[in-house]
Amino acid sequence: MTNGQLDWRKVIRTGLLVGVVMVFTSAIGMVEDFDERPVVVGILSLGFLALFWYVPRAAYKVGDEEVLEGMEVHPPTFQNVIAGAAVGAIGGVVLSVLVFAVNALDLRGVFVRLSPQLVKTLTFSESAADPNLAGVLVLILISTVLGAVGGGLHLVSDKLRRQIVFTVGAVVVVALLEDVISQILRTFGLSALVRAIYRDAALRLIPAIVVAALGFFVGGRERGGESRIRAYLADPDPTQRTRKSLFVAGVVLVIVLVAPWVLGSLLSEILATTGIFLLMGLGLNIVVGFAGLLDLGYVAFFAVGAYTSAVLTSPLSPFFNPEWPWWYTLPVVIVIGAISGIFVGTPVIRLRGDYLAIVTLGFGEIVRITFLSDAAAPWFGGAGGIRNIPGIPLGFDTISGSDPEYIMYFAAALVVLAAWVSYALLNSRVGRAWTAMREDESVAEVMGIDTVRSKLSAFVVGAILASLGGALFSAKLGSIFPTSFELLISIVILVIVIVGGMGNILGVAAGAVVLIGVLGGPRQPGLLQEFGEFKLLIYGVILVYMMLQRPEGLIPNIRRSRELHHEELSQDAWLGATPSEDTAGEGAPA
Amino acid sequence: MAMLEITGLKKAFGGIQALGGVDFHINEGEVVSVIGPNGAGKTSFFNVISGMFPPDEGEILFEGENIGGREPSTITERGIARTFQNVRLFPNMTILENVMVAQHCRTKQGIYGAIFRTEAFKQEEALIEERAKDVLSFFGSRLMGYRFDQPAFVLSYANRRRLEIARAMATQPKLLLLDEPTAGMNPRETKELTGLIGKLRDERGFTIVVIEHDMRVVKNVSDRVVVLDHGVKLTEGTYDEVSTNEDVIEAYLGRPAGSES
Amino acid sequence: MVSTAETIQRIRRSRFNWVDMFLNALRIGAIVFIAVGLVGTIVKFVGGEGPSAEAWRDLVVGGLAQGAAYGLIALGYSMVYGVLGFINFAHGEVFMSGAMTSFFMASYFFDTGLWVSNFVLALILVIISATLTATIVAVLVERIAYRPLRDAPRLIPLITSIGVSFFLQYSAAFLFGISNKSVPQPPSWLLSKVDLFGLGWLRLEATKLLVIAIAVVSMIALYLFVERTRTGRSMRAVAEDKEIAALMGINVDRTIVTTFAVGGAMAGIAGSLWALLFRGVSFDTGFLPGIKAFTAAVLGGIGNLVGAMLGGVLLGLFEGVGPLLILDGWGIPGVSQLKDVVAFSALVLVLVFRPTGLLGERLSEDERG
Repeated sequence: MTNGQLDWRKVIRTGLLVGVVMVFTSAIGMVEDFDERPVVVGILSLGFLALFWYVPRAAYKVGDEEVLEGMEVHPPTFQNVIAGAAVGAIGGVVLSVLVFAVNALDLRGVFVRLSPQLVKTLTFSESAADPNLAGVLVLILISTVLGAVGGGLHLVSDKLRRQIVFTVGAVVVVALLEDVISQILRTFGLSALVRAIYRDAALRLIPAIVVAALGFFVGGRERGGESRIRAYLADPDPTQRTRKSLFVAGVVLVIVLVAPWVLGSLLSEILATTGIFLLMGLGLNIVVGFAGLLDLGYVAFFAVGAYTSAVLTSPLSPFFNPEWPWWYTLPVVIVIGAISGIFVGTPVIRLRGDYLAIVTLGFGEIVRITFLSDAAAPWFGGAGGIRNIPGIPLGFDTISGSDPEYIMYFAAALVVLAAWVSYALLNSRVGRAWTAMREDESVAEVMGIDTVRSKLSAFVVGAILASLGGALFSAKLGSIFPTSFELLISIVILVIVIVGGMGNILGVAAGAVVLIGVLGGPRQPGLLQEFGEFKLLIYGVILVYMMLQRPEGLIPNIRRSRELHHEELSQDAWLGATPSEDTAGEGAPA
Repeated sequence: MAMLEITGLKKAFGGIQALGGVDFHINEGEVVSVIGPNGAGKTSFFNVISGMFPPDEGEILFEGENIGGREPSTITERGIARTFQNVRLFPNMTILENVMVAQHCRTKQGIYGAIFRTEAFKQEEALIEERAKDVLSFFGSRLMGYRFDQPAFVLSYANRRRLEIARAMATQPKLLLLDEPTAGMNPRETKELTGLIGKLRDERGFTIVVIEHDMRVVKNVSDRVVVLDHGVKLTEGTYDEVSTNEDVIEAYLGRPAGSES
Repeated sequence: MVSTAETIQRIRRSRFNWVDMFLNALRIGAIVFIAVGLVGTIVKFVGGEGPSAEAWRDLVVGGLAQGAAYGLIALGYSMVYGVLGFINFAHGEVFMSGAMTSFFMASYFFDTGLWVSNFVLALILVIISATLTATIVAVLVERIAYRPLRDAPRLIPLITSIGVSFFLQYSAAFLFGISNKSVPQPPSWLLSKVDLFGLGWLRLEATKLLVIAIAVVSMIALYLFVERTRTGRSMRAVAEDKEIAALMGINVDRTIVTTFAVGGAMAGIAGSLWALLFRGVSFDTGFLPGIKAFTAAVLGGIGNLVGAMLGGVLLGLFEGVGPLLILDGWGIPGVSQLKDVVAFSALVLVLVFRPTGLLGERLSEDERG
C-alpha cells in the first residue's frame, strides 16, 4: 500500500491464495473430520476454525506495509477493513466455486473427500442434493466478515490487538487441551468442575466466556511470559546466559518429576515418548547442529541400541539369549553404539555435506532392511522382531511399558544426561573444534584441527546417545520390530532439531515438546489427538514455513542466527555508523 | 641448517603449472618476503607448504623432516601457521573463541575430560583462555575487553587481519606464513603492521615468510626477498639487490618496483 | 565451504593413516565378498541349480527397464544439483505426481474405451498429461519454496525440500486416498513377449522394451536440448557460475525455472513409465524411487547428465541382478528382500572407491585454485 492507496493486485492475489488454502483444507478432508470436534458447545467447531483461520490472518497481512528506511509510514485507515473484506470475499467465492463444482460434477473418482457430505458441512445445511444458494451466500458472508475483522485489526491499538488474539487463542487452547485439564482437575478431585466446564470435550458457553475474559486480561498485560523468558535468557554475558539456561532447565525438570502423578498414565506415556525423541534430538543435534554433518540415517543407531538391548534381555531372542537384566546391557549398548558410529562414520567422513546425507540415509535403510530380512532372521527374528523384552528391573519391581510414569523418569534422566553431554562438549576444546569445522572446514584444518577425528567423535557421541534411547525404547515397548525403525524417524528427529533451533539444547527441547508432545510422533499419539491423522502433512508445512520464515528455529542458537542474519546485522552496523542524511539521499543501501 | 628447506617444488592445477620447481630456504629468525606479479604462484606456494594441496613433486623439509603431502593439521602441529590473502576467520565465533580454537593442536583434553569436568580439563581451559588473551594483547587494546565476546564478523577489515595473525600466533608456530598482511589497509595501518611484523620476530621469536605487494613494507621488514614469476624463482637477495634487478623490473611489466600493484 | 577442488585434492593425497586402512579393508572386503558370491553363483549355474538362463535374461531386462526410469528421475536431481547445488528431496514426489496423473488418465481412457480401441494414442495422451502435471508441480515448488532461499546456506533448501516432500506426499494421500491404485491392463500384445531380431533366444517382454525405448528417446531429447539449444547453454552457464552468467545477460531466474521444468518433465515421463511397468500407484510411490534415483545421480557423478542416465541404468541392473548374482552365491536366504540393501551398498561402495561418481564432476575454472 504505497502512497496509502490500496494495492488491488496484492489484495486479489491474497484473496485467491486464501481461497486455495480453504479449498485445499476442504479437499484433504480436514474440515469435514474436524467438524465432528466441537470447540465451544453449539457455537464453534474445529472444522470451522480449520476452514477459516487463515482468512483473518491473510486479511491482516495484506494491509502490512513494507517499512523502508527513510520512507514515510502511513497510518492505517478504513481502507484496511475494505481490503480485508475483499480478501475474505474473494476467498469465499473461490470456495463456493468448489461447492458448485462438487454438486455439478462427481469428483470423487479423483478427490476422495469431495463428497456431498462436504457440501453439507460447508453450506451449513442438512441436504446436499440441491445447491443451497443461501448456504453459499452465508459462506461468502462469513469469510468476508472475518476478512474485514482481520483487516480492521490494523485500526485498533497494539494492546487491544494482542488482547483479541489472546482471547481467541485462550478459548481454542483450553478446549483442545480438554484431556490434560480434565485429567489434572480429576487428580485433585474436582470431577464436578470438569463436568461444569466441558461437554463432549468442548467448552460450555459460560466457561468459554470466562476463559475468553481471562485471555483478554492476560493479553492486556505489558509483556507476555514468553517474551519475558526470552529476554531473561538473552543475556549478553555468555556465562550468565548458560547459568540462566540451566536454571530454566532445572525448573522444567522439577515440573517433569511431578508431572506423571498429576497427569495420569496417558499423558505420562506422551511425555515418555517425547523424552525418547528429545534424547535422540539432542544426540542428532550434536552431529548436525554442532559438527554440521547432516545425518539422515540416525535411526540406525537407535535400532542398533534397541536390538542390542533386546537380544541381551529377551528370553525369545532367537540366536543368543543370555537374559541379562536391562542394566547390564547398558555398557554393551554404549560400546556397540560407539562401534557402529565409527563403522558408519569412517567411510562417509571425507564426503561432502550432501553426499554424506544420502549415504547415511542409505546406511539407515541398510540396517532396517537387514533386520527385516530372512537372511538375518535366525539372529534378529526378521519381520517378527524380538518379543518378551522384560523391562527394567528395580529390585522390588520391574518397569515396563505398562508403567509410563516410571519410563518417563528414565527418559528424563537420559535427557538430562544428553543435555549435560551436549552442554559440556560444546563449551570445550572438542566443541570449539566442531564449531570451527562447521564454519570453514579447510581453515579449521589449517588451524591444526584433525577434522576426521573431530567428525568421528561427533558421530560416535551421537550414536551412543541414540543407542541409549534405543535401549530404553525396547524396554518400554516390550517387543521390537524392524518397522519401528523406518526412515521417517530419522527425518522426524531432524525436524525436531531444526524446528526447535539447531545447535541449541533448549531449542531442541522446545522442538520435541511442540512436535512430539503436542502433535505426536510418527506412530505415537500426542496431546492433540485430533490432528493425529494429519500430523505428517502438518510436519511438512511447519518445516517449510520455518525454513522460509524463521530458519533459526523456535529458540535459536545465537551463533546460528548470526549466520542467517549476517547481512542484516552488518547492515545495521553500517547504518549506525553513517550519518542518516547520506542514506536518505541514496535510497536503499547497497 | 635451514629451518625450512624446499627443493624443486612443483604443483599443477589442471593444465596450469602454478609452481614449476621452486627452491627456497629460510633460516631460524629470518624474515623473508616473497614477491611477484599477480598469478606468480605466491599463494599456491603457501597452500602447498601449509598442506592444503599436496605437492606434485619436490621436497619440503621442515626442521629436517619432509612434510610435503601431510595433512594441514599435522603441518600446523609441527609448527607452521599461516594467514590467508582473503581473510578467512570463523566469522560467527567470537574473537576470543577464534583464538582459543587455534590452540587445538597444543592441547589435549577430549570428550571424557569435558563431560566429567576433570581438574586437568579445567586447568587446560583456563590456560587456553589465558594464552588467547595474551596473544590478543599483542595488538594493543584493539581486540581486548568487550571485543572478546563479539562475533568476528563485526570487526573492521584491518582488525580482521589482526585477528587472523593472532589466530595464527595462537597455534604456537615456529614459522609464520603471512599472505599479504597489509592488503586493504590504509597507510597508517600499514605502517603500524610493518612495525608489528618486526616485533613478531624480535619479541615473540617467530621466523616469518611474508607475501607482500607493498614495496615499502617489503623494504622495511625483509632480511631477504624472493621473487616468483610464473611459478619459478626469478631471483633472490636483499631488497636493494632485487629492486634493481632487470628481470624483476621486467616481470612487473616495466612498472617501477616501488609502486603497489 | 570446501570447494570441489579442495575436496578432490584431499582425497588424492598420498597419506596413509587409519582411516585409509579402514577404507582399504572395506574395499578389499567388498571385492572378496563380490568375487566369492559370483563364483558361488557360477558354480551353482554350471551345476544346473539356481535360475535358468532365461530367468537371468528377464532379470536383466527388468533391471534395465526399472533403471531407465531411475535414470529419467535422476536427471532432475542432477540438473537441480548442478544449477542450485542442493539435493531436491521433493523430486521423488514430482515423479509421484506424474505417476498419479497417469493412473487417473489411464483409468479415464479405460472407462471411455480409448485405452482398448487406440492404446497408442491413449498412452501418448497419458504421457503428455503426466509430463504437464509434473512440470507444473516442479515449477510451483521452485517458485514457492526454493526461490526465497536462493542465498541461504546450503542445508536450508535441502531441509525445505524434505518438508515439501512430506507435504506433497501426504497431500496426495489425503486428496486421492491412501489406497493403492491399479492402473488398467494394457492390451495383450504389450504383455506378450517379443522375439527381438528374430534370434529366438532374445524373447523379451514388450512392455519393458517400450519403457526402455521411451526412456532412451527422452534422454536423447534432453541431451540435445541441454547441449544444442540456447536455453541449454544458459543452463550450463548458470551451473558454472550464477553471477557471471547474470553478467553475460542470462536471466538466471528464468533459467532455474526452466531447469526445474525440464527435470519435472523427465520425472513425469518416468511416472508414466512406472505406472505402465508396475501398474500400481500410491501416495508413497515417489519415496523409494526418488531416493534410488538420487543414488543413481551420485553413482554417475552428480551434475553430469550422461552420468545420471548411466547411473540410473546401472543401479536398476544392480538391483535386478545383484541379489541373485552375488548374495545367492553365498547361500543367503530370501535374497530378493535385500535388493534395496544391494542398491544402497552400491552407493556406499562407489563413494568409497570413487568419491566423485563414475563420470566424475566437472570443475569450474574458479575452483582450480
